[in-house]
Amino acid sequence: MLEESSGPGWQSEEVKTGTTIIAVEFDGGVVLGSDSRVSAGQTVVNRVMNKLSLLHDKIYCALSGSAADAQTIAEMVNYQLDVHSIEIGEDPQVRSAATLVKNISYKYKEELSAHLIVAGWDKRGGGQVFVTLNGLLSRQPFAVGGSGSSYVYGFVDAEFRKGMSKEESQQFVVNTISLAIARDGSSGGVAYLVTIDEKGAEEKCILGNELPTFYDK
Amino acid sequence: MDRHYMDSQIKGVSTGTTILAVTFNGGVIIGSDSRASMGGSYVSSKTINKLIQVHDRIFCCISGSLADAQAVTKTAKFQISLHSIQMDSPPLVKAAASILKELCYNNKEELQAGFITAGWDKKKGPQVYTVALGGMLLNLPFAIGGSGSTYIYGYTDAKFKPDMSREECLQFATNALALAMGRDNVSGGVAHLVVITEGGVEHVVIPGDKLPKFNDE
Repeated sequence: MLEESSGPGWQSEEVKTGTTIIAVEFDGGVVLGSDSRVSAGQTVVNRVMNKLSLLHDKIYCALSGSAADAQTIAEMVNYQLDVHSIEIGEDPQVRSAATLVKNISYKYKEELSAHLIVAGWDKRGGGQVFVTLNGLLSRQPFAVGGSGSSYVYGFVDAEFRKGMSKEESQQFVVNTISLAIARDGSSGGVAYLVTIDEKGAEEKCILGNELPTFYDK
Repeated sequence: MDRHYMDSQIKGVSTGTTILAVTFNGGVIIGSDSRASMGGSYVSSKTINKLIQVHDRIFCCISGSLADAQAVTKTAKFQISLHSIQMDSPPLVKAAASILKELCYNNKEELQAGFITAGWDKKKGPQVYTVALGGMLLNLPFAIGGSGSTYIYGYTDAKFKPDMSREECLQFATNALALAMGRDNVSGGVAHLVVITEGGVEHVVIPGDKLPKFNDE
């Protein structure tokens, strides 16, 4: 393009995690997954970002939308949850974490543009997934988000079953992320997975060349 | 993605839609939903037929502005008949697709319609061609289009296999349409499917309540 540009695109464009995030409940816990691409306009500014952020020992959130907004919300809620869990003397509920995220998203809805999916395990409700888009709070058996999610709605609608095992859920998450990365220009890199159950949280990273492939024309 | 954006922004009647065509062992299935909407909030027709027969064994399905699409297909139908008479043999699917492509490319400023052409001919058997908004012609084993197609990219990438049987292909096409209609508010109604083989052409219509249901419906 023959226009006068003031330096490379990434210096003037907002940094977004145009992304694919997913969280799934299984019997006994949850699995969260995300890609790892962070873009500023057309440039990929980070190709290995872990978008699964810890909110507490057994509660994680998946970030999408504006990178700065999402990270800030996650950090604020991490702090608020620490205080809360000291006050109640035990591990916080997943619903509490989701409510804290929702409160911030709703109050600053005009200024912020980030969507966090909150998922984790607590002893009262087992594995739970909450969506907090635009300030609503809703529990769902699974949730997808980010720009890449549009392409995989059909796939997750068809393939999700209640009562999957831990391994099946992990495979479902990895498959979904691979399909989204294949079609969405703003998703890519590696796949990060976090599996949370009664025993704790286990993080895993699956490199790009180890992701499952599907029929490619 | 451009086409998806265009479909729901078009003023006047547009077929915000889901269309697809899939080859199988011995034939090809072309399918669509049946909803025509104005501006995304009013359904102007619940039962419109978007599968146009342009020759004995060649169909095409339309997405985008309904008026543009009808004008182009009527012109193309005439040109294909003329071509077939001059050649004294049934037209090749590629020829039909090329005719559509010429019309789209030469009038690209005024038109806003995309097509998927599918059919059977003696030279190459079952084929699917897609003509995009600007006039690009591509030959593919299967193609999806329209606003609803965004949601089933993941599903079709994962589930398509070459050389399926007729029943498997019918199930694949029906599932894909059902999933897209479930997520896209400007696609819906009944599912129209046409099975084209050397032996002939068979219409299958599946009313909304007989479509396959997935998880949360």
